[in-house]
Amino acid sequence: MSDDNPPRMGFFTDTSVCIGCKACEVACKEWNAIPDDGLSLLGMSYDNTGMLGADTWRHVAFIEQDKPLGRQNNAVIAMPTGATATHASAEAVHEGLGQKHGSELGTETGAIRPGPLPGGPMPAPVTPDGRKELRWLMASDVCKHCTHAACLDVCPTGSLLRTEFGTVIVQEDICNGCGYCVPACPYGVIDQRKDDGRVWKCTMCYDRLTAGQEPACAKACPTDSIQYGVLDDLRERAAHRVENLHDAGVLEARLYGADPDDGVGGAGAFFLLLDEPEVYGFPPDPVVTTRDLPRTWKHTALAAVGVAATVAAAFLGARR
Amino acid sequence: MGLRETFLPWPALRQAKAALRGGDGSGRGSSARSRPTDRLQPRTETSDRVVDSVCPYCAVGCGQLVYVKDEKVVQIEGDPASPVSRGRLCPKGAATKQLVTNPLRETKVRYRRPYATQWEDLDLDTAMDMIADRVIATRRDTFVETDEQDRRVRRTMGIAMLGGATLDNEENYLIKKLGTALGAVQIENQARI
Amino acid sequence: MAECHPVGFQWIMEAKARGATLIHVDPRLTRTGALADLHVPIRAGTDIALLGGLINYVLSNGLEFRDYVVAYTNAATILREDFQDTEDLDGLFSGWQDDTGSYQTDSWQYEGTGVASAAGKRQQGAKEQSHRRHATGRGHEHGSHGASLQGLHRMERDETLQHPRCVFQVLKRHYGRYTPEMVARVCGIPEDVFLQMARAITENSNRDRTTAWAYSVGWTQHTVGVQYIRAASVLQLLLGNIGRPGGGILALRGHASIQGSTDIPTLYNLLPGYLPMPHPDSHGSLDEYVADDSADTGYWGNMRSYAVSLLKAYWGDAATADNDFCFDYLPRITGDHSTYKTVQAQLDGVCKGYFLNGQNPAVGSANAKAQRLGMANLDWLVVRDFSLIESATWWKDGPEVESGEMRPEGVGTEVFFLPAAAHTEKDGSFTSTQRMLQWHHKAVDPPGDARSDLWFWFHLGRIIRAKLAGSTSDIDRPLLDLTWGYSTHGERDEPSAQEVLQEINGWTADGAFLSSYEELKDDGSTACGCWIYCGTYADGTNQAARRKPHTEQNWVAPEWGWAWPANRRLLYNRASADPEGRPWSEKKAYVWWDADAGTWTGHDVPDFQPTKAPDYRPPEGAKRQDALSGIDPFIMQADGKGWLYVPAGLTDGPLPAHYEPQESPVPNLLYGQQHNPARQMTKRGVDRYNPSGDEPGSQVFPYALTTYRLTEHHTAGGMSRWLPYLSELQPEMFCEVSPELADEAGLQHLGWATIVTARSAIEARVLVTDRMLPMRVHDRLVHHVGLPYHWGSNGISTGDGANELTHLSLDPNVHIQEAKALTCDIRPGRRPRGPERLRLVEDYRRRAGVTDQTGTAHRTTKEGGA
Repeated sequence: MSDDNPPRMGFFTDTSVCIGCKACEVACKEWNAIPDDGLSLLGMSYDNTGMLGADTWRHVAFIEQDKPLGRQNNAVIAMPTGATATHASAEAVHEGLGQKHGSELGTETGAIRPGPLPGGPMPAPVTPDGRKELRWLMASDVCKHCTHAACLDVCPTGSLLRTEFGTVIVQEDICNGCGYCVPACPYGVIDQRKDDGRVWKCTMCYDRLTAGQEPACAKACPTDSIQYGVLDDLRERAAHRVENLHDAGVLEARLYGADPDDGVGGAGAFFLLLDEPEVYGFPPDPVVTTRDLPRTWKHTALAAVGVAATVAAAFLGARR
Repeated sequence: MGLRETFLPWPALRQAKAALRGGDGSGRGSSARSRPTDRLQPRTETSDRVVDSVCPYCAVGCGQLVYVKDEKVVQIEGDPASPVSRGRLCPKGAATKQLVTNPLRETKVRYRRPYATQWEDLDLDTAMDMIADRVIATRRDTFVETDEQDRRVRRTMGIAMLGGATLDNEENYLIKKLGTALGAVQIENQARI
Repeated sequence: MAECHPVGFQWIMEAKARGATLIHVDPRLTRTGALADLHVPIRAGTDIALLGGLINYVLSNGLEFRDYVVAYTNAATILREDFQDTEDLDGLFSGWQDDTGSYQTDSWQYEGTGVASAAGKRQQGAKEQSHRRHATGRGHEHGSHGASLQGLHRMERDETLQHPRCVFQVLKRHYGRYTPEMVARVCGIPEDVFLQMARAITENSNRDRTTAWAYSVGWTQHTVGVQYIRAASVLQLLLGNIGRPGGGILALRGHASIQGSTDIPTLYNLLPGYLPMPHPDSHGSLDEYVADDSADTGYWGNMRSYAVSLLKAYWGDAATADNDFCFDYLPRITGDHSTYKTVQAQLDGVCKGYFLNGQNPAVGSANAKAQRLGMANLDWLVVRDFSLIESATWWKDGPEVESGEMRPEGVGTEVFFLPAAAHTEKDGSFTSTQRMLQWHHKAVDPPGDARSDLWFWFHLGRIIRAKLAGSTSDIDRPLLDLTWGYSTHGERDEPSAQEVLQEINGWTADGAFLSSYEELKDDGSTACGCWIYCGTYADGTNQAARRKPHTEQNWVAPEWGWAWPANRRLLYNRASADPEGRPWSEKKAYVWWDADAGTWTGHDVPDFQPTKAPDYRPPEGAKRQDALSGIDPFIMQADGKGWLYVPAGLTDGPLPAHYEPQESPVPNLLYGQQHNPARQMTKRGVDRYNPSGDEPGSQVFPYALTTYRLTEHHTAGGMSRWLPYLSELQPEMFCEVSPELADEAGLQHLGWATIVTARSAIEARVLVTDRMLPMRVHDRLVHHVGLPYHWGSNGISTGDGANELTHLSLDPNVHIQEAKALTCDIRPGRRPRGPERLRLVEDYRRRAGVTDQTGTAHRTTKEGGA
């Protein structure tokens, strides 16, 4: 890139303040006019989006864990676990489930484990089956806009583009739907849309960036979990945030994708996580899939000329 | 159309050209840009006007900016000037454009006759006239000067209204004013619920 | 708060980043709890026990903010000798009347004082009158002011707080048994968690620090909802957290202008600005009306000016001193005419016509079936909304059509659906949860037949008036004399919202805009549509439309929008300074007395007479605001004090006491009295109650049930279930249960469950989650079933409605339903279809022995049960 380009811009997603509201998902869809992704209850906590894809460029993951979070007290350790109430109610439930009066309900009677009798002592504190801690993590995932972007490397049409902001975008007017980029992405971000075959992913709202505006997701984010800015500044801010969290007892705080020496040369969108990357669905050690293609791009010119010649021939042929 | 014009915009060619000339060495940066990419402009920049607004969902009262082009709402996003919200929106607030431009919005009056099994179409003016007639008739039939204990009440218990928490103050003002003049007292809204 | 007010939550996160402690009290771990320092799991319906425990912790450890409490609250005030507490009467206060099922409240008053009441009325049988008046719903009237008191000069105070009948000592006794152990047994909150919470709150409430409470309908939707808020008020006053920055009890309201629709009420018992609707017993004339409700002391002493100015706004030139300013045009209320009474009036065939303005009771109101049956008994129904919501289509595809209880061919209701304009298609103001009016400007025309409600109501009024023109009937005078001359514009003849706002603000006889409610007159020379909004059009400028960026003004941001009253952003802020007028601390400085200038000053508009010095003491016989001293911050109260104890204005007790919900899995451990004795019940066939506590049959409904909202949807769904982008995020109805409950009831993650109460049975997909915690309560374990209530059968995202299960047992002050704490059974599998669904519910009723008497006793007796 030439010197008069703007500095490289990026996302810092601080998951320690994410409230899982999904404003980023909606703001992204509104701005980029992305179709809805179908209605299905996934049962992955409050995540009914599932993963990034052609029609989902921001995805909020929800992780329920039996782990402590810093000095947070969720009181779980002091709570009982076990069956409900009294023998009487257990029997009533049992009867109800067993009789199936009025309907074909109650396929299973379940395991009724009666608690103590009325008037007896309080049930014993803390319980048997080991629920001791609870934390609920949320994280908004997005395209990483890698420093070494495999999708870009393999794109034969030049549809994928490194912008003046250092971000990676798909030019939809060029994409021919070959799909080479899809397996190339070490994060599984870029994806083909079923109805038109082209690939789609986060553009970091390139059009907004050209006008000096921040991406729609970052602008909407209520708690500033998604921060947009000059990548170097964000890395500095993130390092500082990790220090603060460590001081506050959240020792598990760590950055993901912020290291320029990692397998993708550092991500343009990096994260502060509170657990191992796998927990959030991130690959632990992503590597640009084109790393082992030595100096591929030295041959770009020839390859491109070859393609152009072929296409030109095709056009000429078609005219005949 | 000459070959040059046809193909030069096509990025692979320009990539090749750029790579041969030096500069954008990888051929994946500026030389790969298509014309539409070059022409990209956010619709927040190209709108005809920006209208100050407020989010219609909860009572936090986040500031919204409504971007209008060709008399259509093309974007709604947070107003950074707001001391309440500083430009941010929740998922509902962020979905406001879809709320107001939703093709699933009903835009025609629907009418169901007593004992009918289906909706019918009805002209808006006719509907207004019919509703006014029903209000007048029900009021006439049910208005009482005094109640069963002979207390002066001057009211109708035949007409009730529910709703207002999603409406403007000015709208609630007219509902209460007209309702009170009609003698209706059963005027309620979500604040009770 | 993170769930339902995410953008407001940014300020919590900012406070947290600066070291604030965030505590979340909820039966479930929600998105708020996920970010909290401490999650306090609580059994639904027991918050008064928790708050009472905190009050007891403060009082028994001497942790109250003594200087604040003595000067600014009624802690020192002496109560009457005949007052008896729940400690004396096992859960009842003095004055209980078995025959009326309500309290006679005389004995609750301060020694030497009385409630404002029309001369001579009280002798006519105080008991009867007290009952009638309570039923009219006085509670909501106090949205801007406390109940009026008379004879305050005879009030006695003991500022040492030692007198056995002073409020402070009464409080101590009242909450003496609300110990950490009791909190644990009633609420299921482990003692150490409670103590951690108590320490955090008390350590952060002093001259340098404040604690704020935020709540939503998790506190209001109970048979003791008003007393929940009262309990928080007692705690916050004891800790000196009212009227100070970073303090308060903040209602996080759920609709864009739900505050506005309370201030400018679409509520049966109120006129704009919390003026009461008149009652025939004591409001025969304007004089009687004012004498009955007004106060000698405090700002409410100016009530006549507010009332006359409203009548002038309504009836203009027709309202004159000679005709009592048309006071007689106002319809009278004679009891509870709230929305749930309206439903009963529909079932009884009394109410025949119904307007729904952006409201979906077939999903959003309690006992949805009763709502639909009521609508099926109407002559006509008008629905104004964006889409064909369930309240518009029940006659065609509602649950009763499925069950065979209703056939379209048998429903005589004529239904008009009129599409509504969106906020982007009209001018107008919303009042936010912080009492701030913000103007939104019209951006585009509404599509097709869609119109604003301003358009609908203006033109409906215009057409009705035109049709009645020339009528000589006396009943038509209020309509024909009404000022209704708003100008219209555009091809749709949209009325001017700005003109309506101007009328709300008010003007003088010569048309000059008023700038403050202090300018209102009682002689008809001013008109004002809502006195608390007076000033929103000051200087002929729409103050609500002000948008000076927050970066260009101080942190209070007084030049953004306009807050009632008088653009004050923090109410009762005189209390942010000590009695001498100095900030309690530099850190918490907000408004203070500038002795040199002889005025109050600070970051906000002082909520006090600007030149009343801290050492001002009222002369003998002073009236209205002049009767309050320089150390009385609560200027809308007759005695200027924050009320730890409420001598008048509430129907169910002067102090909050813990009662179990209408439907509870356990008996009340604190008192023999199981429920709020004064709660309202319909006692109708469509509204049966589950047995409670240890009553026979209660075991058939062994689980606690609570309802709530999700970030991704909006209330009854009219503004979210039709939107693909929101619907895909929460695509269908589900219930949340703990792994333990799933195991016990045989529920499978993502399988189906059927949830049953004495009203109905619904189905929901199952989410098994550790965020639901079993609780140890009393001598047993209690499981909760969690139900979001957004769904119905229409739209993109669908499911059964949680409100099919809820009942109509109500708070007696404000008639709000108890949707946050019920009982139920839950069983695996989908609910039966058609008439089988009714049979299932019938079977449950039979097994539980549910009759028309179940759960309806006001007073708990040993023989009769609850």
